[in-house]
Amino acid sequence: MLELSMHILDIVQNSLVAGSTQVEIRIQEDLPKDLLVIEVKDNGRGISDAMLPRVTDPFVTSRTTRPVGLGLPLLKEATERCEGCLEVYSEENRGTRVVARFRLDHFDRAPLGDMGETMGILIAANPSVDFLYEHRVDAKIYLLETREMRQVLGSIRLDDPSVLDFVRQDIQMGLKKIGAATFPKIMEVLR
Amino acid sequence: MDLRSGEKAIKVVVGMGTCGIAAGARPVMAAIKDELARQNAENVSLVQSGCAGFCEQEPLVDVLRPGEKKVTYGKVNPDTARKIVAEHIVGGRVLNEFVFAQEK
Repeated sequence: MLELSMHILDIVQNSLVAGSTQVEIRIQEDLPKDLLVIEVKDNGRGISDAMLPRVTDPFVTSRTTRPVGLGLPLLKEATERCEGCLEVYSEENRGTRVVARFRLDHFDRAPLGDMGETMGILIAANPSVDFLYEHRVDAKIYLLETREMRQVLGSIRLDDPSVLDFVRQDIQMGLKKIGAATFPKIMEVLR
Repeated sequence: MDLRSGEKAIKVVVGMGTCGIAAGARPVMAAIKDELARQNAENVSLVQSGCAGFCEQEPLVDVLRPGEKKVTYGKVNPDTARKIVAEHIVGGRVLNEFVFAQEK
């Protein structure tokens, strides 16, 4: 994938297929440790103990149409390319937590990409799901919660076209404000 | 416009599996949603699907108009997506140059 935000969209699709009603996406940039952590936590049906050790195998999937599933293997690949790792924790009928670690300023760390569009599409396509997106850069925090948005919006539904634009702009401005690293520093210099 | 399935007359399906997303389905989805709003297309439901098995043709967009055969567009980009909305979904004219498969 070209952007980490596309991996996030892809991994959250797994959460939604697993029947989640709550999905929490947390991104943390730890500058002193040169670490980027992306966490996706859901309350879906979870992964069985037998399946769990094999989820990053591209030839393992729960779908029945064909025996290939590339979502998690591609994300694992993206983390390992920049000295990171992927961890998947899950409990059946409780939920799943995917933690992807990257070296923030590694040359091969994919850019974050358009988180606004990822969240906007997710919210618009799943208006009844509670989404939380938290982005931290050291101590600075950006937070978006659909539960709060629903209260503010009143009669406007979350799948209204204006909501997609609002989410996009709010995230774009919010991430700029906290100084979120779109590209690894070395790439910013080269650009 | 409504993103819930099965309630509206015209159905538009965007492939949002891993392959679709990697090929650029997200900006295509955003362009369709935006163009539907711009054209005031009221009776359209926009939904997502997973991988259909034609990963090399992604992003795939299906258009299902009531009483007509399903049309699947392949390798759709945001510009083509806007044309599909204006010409096919609103105007009812199939854009043959972008069609990957058509129901027989």
